[in-house]
Amino acid sequence: MKVALQVTCVNDAMFPDTGKAVVRLLRRLGVDVDFPAAQTCCGQPMVNTGYLDEAVPVVRAFVDAFAGYDAIVTPSGSCAGSARHQHAIVAERSGDPALAKAVEQTAPRTYELTEFLVDVLGVTDVGAYFPHRVTYHPTCHSLRMLGVGDRPRQLLEQVRGIQLVDLPMATECCGFGGTFALKNADTSVAMGADKARHVRDTGAEVLVAGDNSCLMHIGGMLSRQRAGVRVMHLAEVLAATEASEGDSDGPAVDARAESFEGDAR
Amino acid sequence: MSGTFVGMPAFPTAARAALGDTQLRRNLAHATHTIRDKRARVVAEVEDWEELRIAGAAVKEAALRDLATHLETLEASLVRAGATVHWARDAEEACAIVASVTRAHGADEVVKVKSMATQEIGLNEALEAEGIAAWETDLAELIVQLGEDLPSHILVPAIHRNRAEIREIFRRRMGAVGRPAPEALTDEPAVLAGAAREHLREKFLRARVAVSGANFAVADTGTLVVVESEGNGRMCLTLPEVLISVVGIEKVVATWDELDPLLRLLPRSSTGERMNPYTSTWSGLTPGDGPQEVHVVLLDNGRTRALADEVGRQALRCIRCSACLNVCPVYERVGGHAYGSVYPGPIGAILNPLLNGVSDEQTASLPYASSLCGACFEVCPVRIDIPSVLVDQRAAVIDSHRGDRVPKQEALAMKAAAWTFADARRLRWAERASGLAGRVLGRFSRTTLPGGRTAAGRLPGPAAGWTGARDLPAPPRESFRQWWDRTDGGRDGGRQGDGS
Ligand code: SF4
Repeated sequence: MKVALQVTCVNDAMFPDTGKAVVRLLRRLGVDVDFPAAQTCCGQPMVNTGYLDEAVPVVRAFVDAFAGYDAIVTPSGSCAGSARHQHAIVAERSGDPALAKAVEQTAPRTYELTEFLVDVLGVTDVGAYFPHRVTYHPTCHSLRMLGVGDRPRQLLEQVRGIQLVDLPMATECCGFGGTFALKNADTSVAMGADKARHVRDTGAEVLVAGDNSCLMHIGGMLSRQRAGVRVMHLAEVLAATEASEGDSDGPAVDARAESFEGDAR
Repeated sequence: MSGTFVGMPAFPTAARAALGDTQLRRNLAHATHTIRDKRARVVAEVEDWEELRIAGAAVKEAALRDLATHLETLEASLVRAGATVHWARDAEEACAIVASVTRAHGADEVVKVKSMATQEIGLNEALEAEGIAAWETDLAELIVQLGEDLPSHILVPAIHRNRAEIREIFRRRMGAVGRPAPEALTDEPAVLAGAAREHLREKFLRARVAVSGANFAVADTGTLVVVESEGNGRMCLTLPEVLISVVGIEKVVATWDELDPLLRLLPRSSTGERMNPYTSTWSGLTPGDGPQEVHVVLLDNGRTRALADEVGRQALRCIRCSACLNVCPVYERVGGHAYGSVYPGPIGAILNPLLNGVSDEQTASLPYASSLCGACFEVCPVRIDIPSVLVDQRAAVIDSHRGDRVPKQEALAMKAAAWTFADARRLRWAERASGLAGRVLGRFSRTTLPGGRTAAGRLPGPAAGWTGARDLPAPPRESFRQWWDRTDGGRDGGRQGDGS
């Protein structure tokens, strides 16, 4: 099986550790994952803001980059949803039957990470170790657009050392919503404030989700509140093992070193 | 423009003001969660709910497909049953018809059973201009009218008021328009309802003309259906001599059979009740029983425009249950007024642009009044894919600006992003630049994010909308693709977690 990582533009530019975690995790599970260098973005930022014409070349880049792969794995419910539900709309808009045909190939082969792990690889115990108090936020697109259901939970429950606590009102939107976060910043922040409150109520140290863009929003608020809660992509939790925790390379330790380094220069 | 509140600012501005209204926030959070939970409970009781939704959607879809035929059948059946049928292209025509029928009977007042269509056309204001008083008889609608307020919810137009506020409105305003509130008025719900009942009874018994809408119209029998839960509707529909019903053309269904799924879906979705308390049906007039003159105004007012929209036409399936409002995280926080229309919430965010077009700024802001979380689609009893229609209406907004001589800043940014994303080589360059920016931003940053990354600090321009309330990590020095290239996908070059 030829498997490609669609890292997503946000992870590529802002959260490379998530991409590295997916690579580490999949290799550990015996999947030789490839990163097609021609990939860019799924086109969702354009589509969801109403710029359908602008999305056409982006979707074209997507189908070109991933042609010929049996599975396209992405650590984002939102981007998987875009590939599966929106690419056909963009292709229709383009009026190019070749693009529509190509989308028919890539769309059903695009999997959100937990779908790929549970449905395609058939694993729930990925051999992870993460000794922290964690709460999980199911992002709207993974929950309602893709219907990933309890797959993330199944995976988290098998993680050794984890203390998983339920998030109150978990299925409520965090208020990110792409450009909504900027266009309707006040409403977005009002929604995020409630999400942050629920997260804090759990007493969790780490908030985990399957979409870094939602985490960037909730985490940005928690950080501004100096709440003492960090956010982490599910892939990074699943990639963590006794070895990675054990060589004192835990994120906090790593980061501390990095910030000293920053000060020194 | 009909159906919209005159002079309302665009959604983000109106929302900002609403978010600061603490009483509103509290009232809405409480009310929406109560109805939401109640709905969830009674829906969970129905094993074949999903099949029922599919049936409901199919029934409405079929009716819309042959709308013209059904409407002609409806007209013929109504006329056969002794009713007079009027066709109204827009709000103005519809209001003029109602006013002229009322005046023909020498009446200077009408009693009304709650109706979205008459709200949409601004009937009360139009009648007032003609010297005709329109009395709302639904409890929540009465509260809005007495408070000289605007409705903020499809089903519970006074949802933004709590009982203390309602008591105050009754005490101050009832006397001016009829029987005053009793001296001993408290804010007990039963006492408030009692005061409203006394106040309204006088009007029911006096009025000679009533105005209603209809939830459904059955074509083959010419039957109109009104679904309500206070009994005020039945009073309006039976006591006066003349009954005028304003009915949107999308309300038609072919036969009584089609009502079956719809009448099962509606009460559970809207009020969280298993069965609706008062369901009134009438077919034209019955000699010696009820109103002896029955008028039906079939209203277009943008509906044929919506029908012509391939993606958006599904919005005409809406049975006005308001479930989408009650689950909407945006509506829950900003309330109905911010949408500037009698149709607020998710359905309003698609219906207003579909009915009216997106040429004015206020309506054009509505499709963006959503985080696209999809909670509305999940509960909609007739399976309207609201998120997809929202996205499609956003495209309509953008397309309407494609000819602009001076493009918006956002349009330029999107074009630039599309250009960058069209070719991975360009993206690689952009990431180099962002990595550099990250170093600069990181140097000036005073904030370490939980987990250790440095924050980007407060940014200028549109990004200020983000950093005003949320920290943002500075871009990493090395993007994922740079790391992949440098380490051959992590196969050589040290620890995989090491990006510096
Ligand atoms: S769109 Fe659906 S959920 Fe919303 S009011 Fe209409 S029928 Fe109800």
